[in-house]
Parts: sequence; structure tokens; C-alpha cells
Amino acid sequence: MSRLRTIARRTFLIGSAAVAGGVAFGIYYVRRPTPNPLLADLGQGEAAITPFVKITGEKITFIVPRSDVGQGIMSTQAYLIAEELDVDPHSVELDPGQPHEAYFNGKIASNSLPFHPLDEGVVPRTVKELMEIVARLSGAQFTGGSSSVSDLYERLLHAGATARETIKLAASTRTGVSVSELGTEDGHVVLPGGDRIAYTDLAVDAANVDPVQSVDLRPHAQWRWLGKPHLRTDTIDKSLGLQDFGIDLRLPGMLHATVRANPGRGGGLGAYDASRARAMRGVRSVLEVKDGLGVIADNTWRAFQAAAALDVDWPAPDYPATSAEMWQVLEEAHTEANINSRLRDDGDVDAALSGAEIITAEYRVPYLAHAALEPLSATVLVEDDQVTIWTTTQVPSAIRDAAAEMTGLDAEQVTVNAVMGGGSFGRRLDHDYALQAIEIAMTMPGTPVKTTWSREEDMTHDFPRPLHLARARGTVSDGRVETFDIDSISPSLADNWFRRVFIVPPGPDTLLVWGAYDQPYEIPNYRATGYRAPDLIPIGSWRSPGACSNAFFHESFLSELIHEAGADPLEERLRLMADPISRGVLEAVAEMSNWSGPNIGPGRGRGIAFCHSHHVPVAEVVDVTLTERGIKIDDIWIAADCGTVFDPVNAEAQLVGGAIWGLGHAMNCELTYENYAPIQTNYHAFEGMRLYQCPRTHTRLAGKAPHVQGLGEPSSAPASPALADAIFSATGRRLREMPFNKFIDFV
Amino acid sequence: MQLTVDGRDYEVDVEDDMPLLWVLRDELGVTSPKFGCGIAQCGACTVHIDGVPMRSCQLAVADVQGEITTIASLGTAADPHPLQTAWITHQVAQCGYCQTGQIMQAADLLALNPDPSDADIDAVMSGNLCRCGTYPRIRAAIKDAAQAMRRT
Repeated sequence: MSRLRTIARRTFLIGSAAVAGGVAFGIYYVRRPTPNPLLADLGQGEAAITPFVKITGEKITFIVPRSDVGQGIMSTQAYLIAEELDVDPHSVELDPGQPHEAYFNGKIASNSLPFHPLDEGVVPRTVKELMEIVARLSGAQFTGGSSSVSDLYERLLHAGATARETIKLAASTRTGVSVSELGTEDGHVVLPGGDRIAYTDLAVDAANVDPVQSVDLRPHAQWRWLGKPHLRTDTIDKSLGLQDFGIDLRLPGMLHATVRANPGRGGGLGAYDASRARAMRGVRSVLEVKDGLGVIADNTWRAFQAAAALDVDWPAPDYPATSAEMWQVLEEAHTEANINSRLRDDGDVDAALSGAEIITAEYRVPYLAHAALEPLSATVLVEDDQVTIWTTTQVPSAIRDAAAEMTGLDAEQVTVNAVMGGGSFGRRLDHDYALQAIEIAMTMPGTPVKTTWSREEDMTHDFPRPLHLARARGTVSDGRVETFDIDSISPSLADNWFRRVFIVPPGPDTLLVWGAYDQPYEIPNYRATGYRAPDLIPIGSWRSPGACSNAFFHESFLSELIHEAGADPLEERLRLMADPISRGVLEAVAEMSNWSGPNIGPGRGRGIAFCHSHHVPVAEVVDVTLTERGIKIDDIWIAADCGTVFDPVNAEAQLVGGAIWGLGHAMNCELTYENYAPIQTNYHAFEGMRLYQCPRTHTRLAGKAPHVQGLGEPSSAPASPALADAIFSATGRRLREMPFNKFIDFV
Repeated sequence: MQLTVDGRDYEVDVEDDMPLLWVLRDELGVTSPKFGCGIAQCGACTVHIDGVPMRSCQLAVADVQGEITTIASLGTAADPHPLQTAWITHQVAQCGYCQTGQIMQAADLLALNPDPSDADIDAVMSGNLCRCGTYPRIRAAIKDAAQAMRRT
């Protein structure tokens, strides 16, 4: 348990504030109270017990501030509160709330600090704690980095327990029965004789009692829902076709807009002729926005048609026009002057590489789009003294602040309504689409305007996963891997993204080498060096950033060395690995797949890979068959350890979904740039995995890790090297560049 | 022109070449068919026309001849289609954006083939893209629903 958690728990005090007609409680955390944003809007007879629970005479509302883009975090937040509060999460209202410092994310910045994730030493611990306090003070509210459960679970369990004990105290005051004789179940306080009082009936009473100062959390063994299969709060609506997404929003008098921006990112707007577009049916206006033109119409399709009819000269942006030239920039950046980090340097790599027989390899991964199935959209209503935004976002506080700056209003006059998202995979950690929608709606004060991107706009104006190059050297002797030296070369993702929406954390860009420097192997001579290439096109966080590329490089090269050494890919990994939690997932995947080496019969192949990312070790084994028409992926076994699992059904979904994500993009996806823009602009050229290609999937969560960690990303990184390893086993051909279908067909 | 959607008649005044998807979503407020690609590559916009699944993003409204049904006609919370029950039991959805299209496509599969094999499911369902990777649960849910429908 980190020192911060100890401090936080010790200072976890509950204070109260008297407000008209209700009661509210704030959580005091570290040295500074976090105000309760629910206090401002409380009505008569309403109680806001902690920033996460609000009770009125009619209903109970949970504030679930982490954005749901399909990873199921809305449901998990609700169950965490509900477990301690004793109320069915399907019976309460779930509200994402307004962006507020009470909902800060303390983990996302501290996780990017340049320390090994398994290093619990004084310096990393102290600096991480300081970074979490900075995050708290800045009030930055983020959903990302698989950080939601690790960052929030204690706060949500405490919120539920605090609310429960406070309601019991109110019931005790009303009935004269001592608190110790009161029980709770299904949203009711239960009296000794079995009579029940609904929580909603106690909302007013809660205003008149002293708040409960400290609460004990229940032992895991007493959990009713957590840790056991339970129904996600959004499953029923999503199965009946009743779930609304941001793109589905409809408001009275709403207009529909779209954007056509310079396909060259940041190239600005040249001369244009909008006369044909303006004359089209339903078009209300054509206006200039940042880097392009917006079209407002009375129907989305009409807006799309008019945008396509615009005649525009697009000035060239300030990066190379083609992928070939961009690769050249990366190759040329592989010089001493561009060294950004060397966060692992064990043994004496230079000495080990001199004189010995050196094995070398070079690996490449392309730009990749997020291409969430719901195209980006946002609806905005600008009025004299307020602006209201409806959209799916992982950074609501950044949208609020940007909207205030753009409109000249105060942050308090900006409302950001977070809406369920149809995927994201990191794309909605940027807010460019929402700022564009604000720009457009500002030209129509008083009228709500929904701005929707076409799929082509969405893929052309992504902040994709960066182009990434690796060069590796190593030695083997006596059947063992002796030396592993990897150079990882890419523009700085951290600098790109943090600069756009937050503050750039101190030190080197750790995302550049996530998955390369931080693996729990103990190779005698082991070095990982990050080279920062110049910025090219703007890049963003893509499911398992850094690790999604570096795991392919690191594990592929490790497999090559092990092959040269003549060792077993599993046994040699186990021999090199000291961390017991990581060993546990390797042993688990071996057991699940009946591992007996990579050779599983003629025309078939088996591969293995491991990656420790987002504090979660994951090992995967892939089996393939070489058919007459190409490679068929038969099975994938996935073993991981995220510690305590709150929702096992969704955890399995995340493990499987992440692995399919990793396999699908490795098979057939890339963004290739020509004339400053990607030539792949829709799913016909960027398919990912389809159902007929999907292997059988097998998962196991070991549950031995001491921490609670999220699972949205970690299983995606080891999938591509495991597939490449299986293809090598089946064909003898080592694929060192994605997508693999440039070299081999898939069925 | 006149359209019948989920048993309700509508009169719309739109261009002949407006895709049915945008008539449903922006003119009639029927938003369960989703916009994903606009070029019939993802299947999120799938609706039935006289019971036949169609990609509404690539279907000009003037070419629609027959009754349009969406997932609203398939089942409700009180009376769900066996596929919807299976989708809930297996907790198929992650983001859920593709799932109305998946279910509409699967409903046609089961209407024509009460006992689909793995290969049948692969053949019929591979035009519906899911970026979250719910395919293993889609397969399992279709098989469960097929079994439930054969029993009744």
C-alpha cells in the first residue's frame, strides 16, 4: 500500500455544510477540502451526501464522473457506490455530473512519470504522490490510461458507505432506535422489527443530523455484487436499441452541421468558393472555422452534401507529404542527439555487444486511426449568459475551460453534459471536435446546433497512433539470452497530447518507451533507449499508447533471440522473469493452452508474448493454421492479473476486446499518407477484425496482484507480437512490420 | 412521399436520393439505426424492409418499397425478441453502437435458418463491424437465441 493511500485514508474526514432545505457533505482529502459540486443546485428536501450521491424525496442519483465509451465504467462506478449503500444500481439515476475538481483523476499524470511501474522505492513513490496532489489541485478530470478503477474505487466505496451511515443516523434520530440496531437493504433502512424506511423518505431528515465522520468499508467476502457476475447498468438498453449516444441527441429547433477541414492537419484555409454549397437545399450557412469550413443545414446528409460541394484550396501543412518521407525523418532521428530517455540500462550492454556475434533486427508500425464506430459529434447551444455542450468526452473539464475562453463566459456559465459514447479508444482524450462545434454554434446564438463528422472527416482528422521505428541488437550464449538492447524512435506522443489538453509532465517522454523499458525481465545486459523524432502530423493516445508499438518490438525481438538461443519461448521468458505476479500470468497462459513449445503440427503455428502495461501483466498465446488461402487465427489464450476484479463479466469482455483490437489492426490496418493526408478514409480500407476472422478466445484473471487496476487497454499490446510469433512458427517467416497483410494473406 | 416505419405512417418531403438512414434519423427522429460509415461497410444502419435486412445508409429513400421496421418492432423490455434476451444474458454490448445493426442482421439469419452453424453465422454476420470486439459473445448469443426459438 503506498504512503499516499495511508495518508488519504487517515485524513478521510467527512464535513457538512448547511444549505437551504437540504444537507450536503464534502470530503476532506489531503490538505485541502474538495468542495461538493452538488451543493449549488440542491432544492428543498434534497440531500447530497458526498459529491457522488444525491437523494431527494423521489429518487437516488449517483454521480458517475468517468466517461463511458464502451468500457463499462459507468456501471462499475455505480456498483462501487451501490455495494456499500445497499441499493440496486438499476434502480437509481446515473448522472455523469458536471466537470468539477471533486472528480479529479490523480493517476493519469503520475502514471506517466519515468519510473519503473514495479519500483516502490522512496523517490518514485514521493514524486508520484506529488504529481497526484498537483492533479488534485488542478482539478483535472480525465477518463483514460485504464486508470478509472484504480483512481476512484476507494472514493466510491467510501461515498456509498458514508451515505449509508448518514442515512442510518437520520433514521435513528427519527425512530429513537440506536444506529447499531439498524440495518440496510435495497434502498431502505431496516428497523429491528422488520419495518423499513426508504432512503428517499429520509432525505429531509439527513439535513438535520450531524454527519458521520468515519466509516469502515466492508470486507470483500461480504460483497453482494462486486467480484461476482452482475448485469451492467447499460446492457438492457443497449440490447433493446434504446441507448442514446451523443450523435442521437435531438433538441427543439436544432440544426445539423458538419465540417470540411484541411486534410493536411493545421494547414489552414485557402481561397474557396462556397456558392454552390450555399445554394443547396436546406443549407443555412457556410462559415469559416479553424483550418476549414463549417456547413449548417437542416439535415446532416444535406450538410454532408454541401460540404462535399465546397471548392477549396488547401494550403500545405508544415510536415512531409508522404509516409515514405515521414519514415525517413524517423530513420534520420536515430542519432545520439535525439536521445530522450534511457530508463533501463542494466549490466554493460556496450561491452557485451563488442566482439560477440550480434543479432539485429528492425521493426516498424504504421499510423493507426481510432475509428470508433460512432463518428465524432457534439451539440452546442450558445446563449447570452451561458453555453451548453452535449458530447462524449474523456476530458470534460478541458472542454469547459476552452468553451469559457472561446465565448468570454466564466467557467461556471458552461455546462458540459457527458453522453454515452460509441467507442473512443483514446480519440476522445482530444476535444478538437467539440471546440469546432462551439465555433459553429457561436454563429447561431439561441439555436442548438449538432455538428457531426463524416466517417471520412473522422479518419482524415484523427490524432492517430504514431509511426514508430525500433532497432534492436542482442546476443545469446549457452542457450540463453544475454544481451537485449532496443532503440525506440518516434515523435513525442506525451508532448503532443499533454500540450493540447493539459500540462506537459516533467522529465522524458515515458510513453515513447512504455512497453520497452519497463518489462519485468532480468536480462544480464538490458538497455532501452527512447529517441525523440521531430513532430510530424499531430498524434494521440491510441488504446495502450506506447505499449501497443513497443510490445510488438520488444517481444518480437525477445522471441528472435530465444529462437537463436535454441530455447523454449515460454521457459526462457520464465527464467528471465523474477516478478512473481508476472510469472503467474505466464504460467497461467501455459497451463490454459497446454503449452509444449511453438510446434503444434504441420501447417500450424503457436506464438507467445507478454507485456506489462498500465500496471497489469498480460500473457497471450496465439494458434494459427496456414491454409491455402492464408493464415487463419484459431485460438487466443489471455492471462492477466489486475488484482481485485469488480465486474468479472466485463473484465472478460475487456480482455477479449483488447486482444481482438490488437490482432485486427496488426492484420490489416494502416494510415498511409499521400499529399499530407491518409489515403484510407473509411472502413473498406481500414477493416480491423471481422466476425469470420475472430478466433476462439480463452481468458483467465489470476487475482494475485496486490493492487486494483483497470483492464481497458493492457490486453491489446501483446496480441500483435503473439500473432507474429505464431506466423513465424507456422511459416518460418518473421514479420517485423505491421500490418502483416502486406506480407501474408489472412482468411 | 409516404413511408411506414414500425407500423406508423409518415409523409416526408425530401430529395429522392436522400439515404433512408438520414430520413429516419433527422426527419423522423428514429435514431436506433446508426450512422457509422455511410458506404454500407459497417452495418450499424441495418433496418428491415418487408423483413429483409438493408443498409439504410446506401438506400435512396425513393427506392424504398415496403414497410420499414427497426429494432423497436423486434422486441420491447416487456416482450423482448429471443435475440435480445440472449444479448442481455451474454452481456454482448460494450459501447453498443453497432449492436442494433448486429441484432437486426441476426434476426434475419434466424428467420431463414433456425439452426445456423458457425460457418452460417460467419457468412451472414461478417458485414457488421464491431470495433469493441464483441464477436465471441455475438456468436454465443445467436446460438442461444436459435435454441430458444426452436424450443418454442
